Amino acid sequence: MTGISMTKLQTTDAVRAAWVLCWREFVRFFRQRNRVMGAIVTPFVFWILFGTGLDQSFRMSAAGEGGQGFREYFFPGTVVMILMFTAIFASISIIEDRREGFLQSVLVSPLPRGAMVLGKVLGGTLIALFQGMIFCLLALTLPQASVSLGSFVGLVLLMFVVSVGLTAMGYVLAWKMDSTQGFHAIMNLVLMPMWLLSGSFFPIPSLSGDNWGVMHWIMKLNPLTYGVTGLRYFMFDLEPVSGESFWEPGMGTCWIVSVLFAIVMFVGACRVSESRTTGGT
Amino acid sequence: MNSPAIPAVRVTDLTHSYGDRQALNGVSFDIEPGEIFVLVGPNGGGKTTLFRILSTLIPLQGGAASVFGHNVVSENQDVRASIGVVFQSPSLDGKLTVSENIHIQAALYGMSGSVFQQRKSELLSRLGIADRANDRVETLSGGLKRRVELAKGMIHHPALLLMDEPSTALDPGARSDLWELVRQLRDELNITIVLTSHLLEEADRADRVAILHEGQLVALDTPNALRATVGGDTITIQTADPEDLAKAVRDTFQLDAVLLDGALRLEQSDGHTWITKLVEAFPGQIDSITLGKPTLEDVFIAKTGHRFWQHEANA
Repeated sequence: MTGISMTKLQTTDAVRAAWVLCWREFVRFFRQRNRVMGAIVTPFVFWILFGTGLDQSFRMSAAGEGGQGFREYFFPGTVVMILMFTAIFASISIIEDRREGFLQSVLVSPLPRGAMVLGKVLGGTLIALFQGMIFCLLALTLPQASVSLGSFVGLVLLMFVVSVGLTAMGYVLAWKMDSTQGFHAIMNLVLMPMWLLSGSFFPIPSLSGDNWGVMHWIMKLNPLTYGVTGLRYFMFDLEPVSGESFWEPGMGTCWIVSVLFAIVMFVGACRVSESRTTGGT
Repeated sequence: MNSPAIPAVRVTDLTHSYGDRQALNGVSFDIEPGEIFVLVGPNGGGKTTLFRILSTLIPLQGGAASVFGHNVVSENQDVRASIGVVFQSPSLDGKLTVSENIHIQAALYGMSGSVFQQRKSELLSRLGIADRANDRVETLSGGLKRRVELAKGMIHHPALLLMDEPSTALDPGARSDLWELVRQLRDELNITIVLTSHLLEEADRADRVAILHEGQLVALDTPNALRATVGGDTITIQTADPEDLAKAVRDTFQLDAVLLDGALRLEQSDGHTWITKLVEAFPGQIDSITLGKPTLEDVFIAKTGHRFWQHEANA
């Protein structure tokens, strides 16, 4: 062994390090069983309760004209809720990494910050995707679910893109925080409204309806709307319908907005990572 | 290889402040390659700030700092690649095993494959934790965790190992072991080791000691040379009425007697001859009298005018 050495990191090394950090997220997740259960059980209970409770009234409303019950309608929203919970909780673990001190050893290493973000975001994304896919198996119990290979591939890809956006968003929100307590406020003020107003729980009202203009625009400007709607198309093999009462974006728009959201959030995560350099509290 | 002319660490006129508080105020020194160098001082003295600057964790506000000739700001990637850092607060992932923690650390420095495996097993056996490699870190004792930290810091063959308060939370046995390891690493691998500590007795084990006090470098030398600056022996007298006795000693012998923590303290060459003189001159007034060689605490007192721990308590 020699005393003096210099370790210059090549791009392949950085990518491999990102992959190792991503693997760490996976290992940590599965060693904390409450996290595995928590992220999937709550949305599942929501889906059962609301899906059953609101099914009849939904069928009778204008939104249920296509023959969809609330169980079907609410399904993609539930998947997005699982993606959101898992993705965000995976990336807020950056707060724990900081508090427990793990982060400081990453910050003093020659690893580029972008690779660090990639590892964290990819880890959260894959965990979210894994959980989302498990829940998607339940879709097979729904008579209207699409089971073609094309739909499946599209579904997985879009779930991946949505998860990247959400994980990176969680990262951006969590980076400056010193404790997980502060995150509960974010959860209630940002994440839940964002999810509720994404067309997960109720359809997006069209502009022509009475008094719905504000709601229409809020939901239209919510990037998550495009993820939820896109997933709905893939799950039930639907075409966009924009009638008098409701509005839906086209498939292309769903992809473009979701991909853009993921890119913007990822770049944002890389940018904030440059901003604060002490790895401990 | 770096030529001996390039110091392992060079800081020049370093200043750093947090708001109004000046944490470092014009600190300059060099650390030679292969040295065990201790930065010692009370909490709030500036040593952790210096540690953070050298480990590239915080930006430089004033002055310059370099590691093996690489500027810590403009060449921070080179600096990061050549240092190993052991933090005061643990940087381990408790949910992962010892081996997994080291695997991640190695990946951060681009190490993999057989080179990594060989290095890992070598380090783990050197540090005496080979049999715990597959245990989760959260199940280890404080001393063992510190060894894993050391293994993490050493995995990529750093030329300079920076350790922030490495013996905090270690029992005396583990502390002794740690120092033995540090010495071994330096002797066998010739790496430069810089430690911070708030324990003066720990600084005694270093090749050279820098005493930081209120952001300034108040002393820098080998422990023996520092003690020599105090001169003579230290006589400590316990008495019921130290102020009166201090006055009496000054009047009778024209000696400079200092009151510290309710005891009287004198620095004199030929201390042993003074013991009898003092006891005979003030019969019944002296409860106990002790003679000692100067310690680094005496150096601290001489340089700053107050006691190390007292200052820390007030800080």
